[in-house]
Amino acid sequence: MKATSNSNSITKCYHCGEVCSELNLVLEEKHFCCQGCKLVYEVLSENDLCSYYELEEFPGENQKLKSSKENRFDYLEDSDIQSQLLDFRSDSESHITFTIPHIHCASCIWLLENLVQIHSGILSSRVDFIKKKVQVKFNQHKISLKELVSLLATIGYEPKISLSDTGGKPKATIDKKLISQLAVAGFCFGNMMLFSLPEYFSETQFLGEGFKGLFNYLNVLLALPVVFYSANSYYLSAWNSLKQWKINMDVPIVLGIIALFLYSLWQIFIFGNAGFMDSLGGLLFFLLLGKFYQQKTFSALEFDRDYKSYFPMAVTKLVQDKENVVPISKLEIGDVILIRNEELIPADSILLSDQASIDYSFVTGEEIPVPKYKKEIIYAGGRQVGDPILLTIQKSPSQGYLTDLWNNEIFEKKHDGLLEPLANKVSSVFTWTVLTIAFLAFFYWSFQDLSIAVKAFASVLIVACPCALAMSTPFTLGNTLRIFGKAKFYLKNASVIEKMAQLDTIVFDKTGTLTSPANAQIEFVGDELTAQTKNVLKSMVSKSSHPLSNRINHYLGDCELERITDFQELKGKGIQAIFKGQLFQLGSKDFTGSQLEPNIVEGNLVYFTVAGQSLGYYSIKSGLRETAPFVIQQLEEEYELHLLSGDHSHEQVALRDKLGTSIQFNFNQSPSDKLQYLKHLNQKDKHTLMIGDGLNDAGALQESEVGIAVTEQISHFSPASDAIMDASVISEIPSFLSFAKANRTIIKISFILSLMYNIVGISLAVQGVLSPVICAILMPLSSITVVVFTTVATNLVAMRKGLFKTNFK
Amino acid sequence: MEVIFLLIGVSLILAGTFLYLFFKAMKDGQFDDDYTPSIRILFDSKQKKVTKDQPTKTKSYE
Repeated sequence: MKATSNSNSITKCYHCGEVCSELNLVLEEKHFCCQGCKLVYEVLSENDLCSYYELEEFPGENQKLKSSKENRFDYLEDSDIQSQLLDFRSDSESHITFTIPHIHCASCIWLLENLVQIHSGILSSRVDFIKKKVQVKFNQHKISLKELVSLLATIGYEPKISLSDTGGKPKATIDKKLISQLAVAGFCFGNMMLFSLPEYFSETQFLGEGFKGLFNYLNVLLALPVVFYSANSYYLSAWNSLKQWKINMDVPIVLGIIALFLYSLWQIFIFGNAGFMDSLGGLLFFLLLGKFYQQKTFSALEFDRDYKSYFPMAVTKLVQDKENVVPISKLEIGDVILIRNEELIPADSILLSDQASIDYSFVTGEEIPVPKYKKEIIYAGGRQVGDPILLTIQKSPSQGYLTDLWNNEIFEKKHDGLLEPLANKVSSVFTWTVLTIAFLAFFYWSFQDLSIAVKAFASVLIVACPCALAMSTPFTLGNTLRIFGKAKFYLKNASVIEKMAQLDTIVFDKTGTLTSPANAQIEFVGDELTAQTKNVLKSMVSKSSHPLSNRINHYLGDCELERITDFQELKGKGIQAIFKGQLFQLGSKDFTGSQLEPNIVEGNLVYFTVAGQSLGYYSIKSGLRETAPFVIQQLEEEYELHLLSGDHSHEQVALRDKLGTSIQFNFNQSPSDKLQYLKHLNQKDKHTLMIGDGLNDAGALQESEVGIAVTEQISHFSPASDAIMDASVISEIPSFLSFAKANRTIIKISFILSLMYNIVGISLAVQGVLSPVICAILMPLSSITVVVFTTVATNLVAMRKGLFKTNFK
Repeated sequence: MEVIFLLIGVSLILAGTFLYLFFKAMKDGQFDDDYTPSIRILFDSKQKKVTKDQPTKTKSYE
């Protein structure tokens, strides 16, 4: 729909900006596309909240698709559920934090923070824009939780409440302890630098002995919090690594910290000389800064979602023909449940009603509903489209076809030991070399002067402390994480980048990754339609929200809208309307009564009749993304490619034609088949990348070394994975992978850079001439060089790989 | 010159106070959301006339 506001014939909805197909929904000279949008406007204007529409144009969400069921929030009256959801509760005040996916603009913030004006029971509300959350404080005696949620739903901000919200408090996204440690290190480092300045310029003798002593003791005092608080995590990590007889990056760091601290204490208290305390402070400050930089999180995204986060909180259960809304956790096998339009089926069950039409888009990524008949098993995760249906539960929600995957052992153990980070390999060699040099220096000097020997030994450990070495990795990876984030590719953490650099096998899920609903192949079989008929069709499909209607709408392109009457959408059947006294019907064969007998087996067919006369049908097949063959071409040289699909194999020939023969095709794969397939590849020592989208890929995404979940809408549901990718950047996968590889080279070069500093430093240290001044200059200088180098290098490489261009889309 | 001893003490106490204030702010959640306030400050405050009789409004900025 390429509607422009300057064209007279098109009116946009005042609330959501959709094109209005009906022109009779007018209130105070403002047009609305549907009753829902108009209702929101009414509520807001009654409460004098119309600034909502002044802050941003069309701030609202289209209300057409909203479920309008009155009692859908009944489960919120259950006191168990309430106590799980509320953050705080007292007699006069309750606090709750909602996740509202629709929060997207300044108007949203304004409206949600002015909820007080709508209902006096709401005490205050506060939005966290980035996390898409709003914290509401309210008085339970004046407004119940259920009323509060309904109120939010009425104004178009329905919160997403799911089972995972009830399972304990979410952990803080930013590690507060790290920030405290960093703050302490920064504070101590700054002050130590001040007290050490006279020492750097050999001014202490002018100040007198009293000052020199005082400065030294103050430095010791300031070093204590650094050594015993800021550096804690390094001791722990080094100790854990040593326990397994391994040397990680933190071992040489701890060695350096101990050497610096003890040697400085010895110098200050025994000889009254200046120590290296300022360098120690600087070292930890820079190290923690690197760690902090690497900890970039995308707080609006969740990487660890399991089935709980998308299952509904409650379901309507029928007990002796009476409807009860019960929490999912209280469902038992044999219960009869009622599922209405657009509701999720929470457990594997048997259909009691005659017919259902189930949309499995959460599971398979395919959004076109599948028809199901009486006594068929319907798996959990499907969404009913159409009239309410009755089901009997066969398995408890936690043991269904899909949720079985989560009970698989791979979801319990974390397997990240497969690929060792580069830094750990280097640090082992590094540590042994430094220790050897230190001992050699000690032996050499011990024959001449024992005090120089001790000094040389300590100096080597001090100066060789791998500050620059330890910082190159976090800064390179941290910067890469940001670059990827800008290109709409969001990684769970920095270690994923290192894993990405070492992959050799890529497994694609077909639906949603290589194919896309937007690229559907649509064909009209039948006589050429007149322009007017097309216009009527366009008017009909633009009122419907069914995925097939959307595709036909897209296919029809720009058409003028005709005034049609008696429009009806019969869920699971089709749509109809009357134009100039004739009945236009679009939908299934039974619904339209079409006599056509097409011999097409794949894809979906939509029949079109006018006054009972069939004019033809649309054949709709999900199409390959335009970029897919190109992506495959770029990848096939370097990687072993596999394709998994839950569909039948009838498409194989067509796919092979387009994608080439280098790819291994596997059809009819169930979710656990996919998991086993990945397991099998891993057993053959392959480093696997899985790219999938639906819940049925969840097992495979976990089993693979790197699992990328592709999603059309970043804030929407995506299964647990290592990375989340916007579907629009799938074509960039080759660049992403090669950028990850380039990163490894950058880290290696910066290792060499810091090694050169170490050679200079160590050559001074073995001679026993290292002074605190040289140390204080050399250390920050090497760190800063490495940081500047990695930042500039990653940005340059990213630019050359074209990763910045996606920003402008 | 002895005044320097005093000044050092004062400077350390001052810097320590800032560190303490930083911790306090962090604990109160001042750095949890660093984006929304930048939008919030741009809103007109004309609505305050309407909500004058509701003292709870100010509580949202605690």
